[in-house]
Amino acid sequence: MKAPLSRLAHARSGDKGDIANIGVIARSPEQYPILVREVTAERVLQFFSDRVMGPVERYELPNLGALNFVLHRALGGGGTVSLRTDAQGKTLACALLGMEIELDERELAD
Amino acid sequence: MIRIANGQGFWGDWLEAPVRLVEQGPIDFLTLDYLAEVTMAILQKQRRRGSSLGYARDFPPLMARIAGKLREGRIKVLANAGGLNPLACAREVRRLAPDLKVAVVLGDDVTERIGEFLAKRYPMTNLDTGEPLGSIRDRILSANAYLGAFPLAEALGTGADVALTGRCADAALALAPAIYSFGWRPADHDLLAAGMVAGHIIECGAQATGGNSLADWRSQADLDEIGYPIVELEPDGSFVVTKHPGTGGRVDSHGIKEQLLYEIGDPRAYYGPDCVTDFTSVRVEDEGPDRVRVTGAAGSAPTDFLKLSINYADGWKAVGTLVYTWPGALEKAREADRIVRRRMERLGLQFDEVYTEFLGVDACHGAAAPPVSEVPELQLRIGVRGRDRAAVERFTRELVSLVLSGPPGATGYGEGRPPVREIVSYWPTLVPRSEIQPRVEVVE
Repeated sequence: MKAPLSRLAHARSGDKGDIANIGVIARSPEQYPILVREVTAERVLQFFSDRVMGPVERYELPNLGALNFVLHRALGGGGTVSLRTDAQGKTLACALLGMEIELDERELAD
Repeated sequence: MIRIANGQGFWGDWLEAPVRLVEQGPIDFLTLDYLAEVTMAILQKQRRRGSSLGYARDFPPLMARIAGKLREGRIKVLANAGGLNPLACAREVRRLAPDLKVAVVLGDDVTERIGEFLAKRYPMTNLDTGEPLGSIRDRILSANAYLGAFPLAEALGTGADVALTGRCADAALALAPAIYSFGWRPADHDLLAAGMVAGHIIECGAQATGGNSLADWRSQADLDEIGYPIVELEPDGSFVVTKHPGTGGRVDSHGIKEQLLYEIGDPRAYYGPDCVTDFTSVRVEDEGPDRVRVTGAAGSAPTDFLKLSINYADGWKAVGTLVYTWPGALEKAREADRIVRRRMERLGLQFDEVYTEFLGVDACHGAAAPPVSEVPELQLRIGVRGRDRAAVERFTRELVSLVLSGPPGATGYGEGRPPVREIVSYWPTLVPRSEIQPRVEVVE
């Protein structure tokens, strides 16, 4: 069954030049393995495919129950160059939390 | 134990925050972080307008406002408000708050040495894009190294009330008080890493205390009087993040984890001037209401390089907007966009980029936004950028004329033509550490 990522996680996003990052954090430690399974670098790149022109890297932080996504060439030039309203990627975390992930019945009930 | 607070997360942050931090409870050190990548570009434009400009102008009047409390509470201030002109900033603090002793860290500014560095064949390639510096050589406006915490600790050691820097690693502002108070040394990599983690958590101000948090934002109480973060740091590097009692917002492990991940790359190697920090070693636990304990930070030796932030002139830009309403708001705005582009094409205007957004439909999230059938109103937002200032200037005339000559009902043009702005771009790179010699000067 599908559910938005916000069901399991919260997040924060920001910038470094034309690179954006999104930290995705499990709401409880038990949900971290589901994030690892569902929220892959490929899926994140696909989700933002019209805005992120470079690769996406994923880093695991099991100590925090969190994933860090680094999105290259993601901000239309970034900083003072970008013509975008969200030139610093502040809203990317909100968007990603709307991405649908697959949960089985037990995971959905938790 | 020492208490280190942060009262500004960027230049533009809540003006009352540092005042409340010194009034509403005990702290030992007040850090104020004014500099973002974008801020350096703004300061660069200001410095070109006058030799006494180029620093965060909010800072000297703030020092005058809280000087009494600083003295009373024996609180020391650490700030990177100096920006591109720390000496001018320090002199203004002394003029407005003559009772405060100010020590300045200098040596980050290497603008005049870029030619020398290139002659020594330092590649200084762009860390993000891999481009060689030669491509922007003649357009460089400023170059500043990110200094570490040891010169700031030395500044505190002069007995100064205010330790002021230009560019330094943001987190160094919080690490320096620990070096000063506990005698941490350059080889104490785990301790330095703990200080960097503490600094990273508080450097964005209220983002550590419930601000801008997606964990459960509706349940955040009293954000109108949000408390800014305070770290209670022990000599062994463990610390608790908290805020003054009775203030708004919330300190919990969810918010601290969000902030730990904020604007980092590979969490196993967070490079800083004083150490490399491994964020995958850090443990975060709720200890009680508004108290989060952070332990376990691991560090290793820093590299032989320091990060260099170079600003360079990168052309011109302008962004214009018009508002259209239903029925068919999106259709009208798309047609308006097409007309503007066709007219600019006929004029032969050359740009590096023309970028259109429909604010209210898909501006921030693009294809990831939920689909809409009919919006009551939206803002058409067209931006252009390029090397030819006259072309950008001409664009600003093309949008507003649509009010009479385009699709019906265009409004929201009350501000008139949009301004043309110079683009000051950011070039992150590396320079050998041995080239940078920080020094401390007490400003009388």
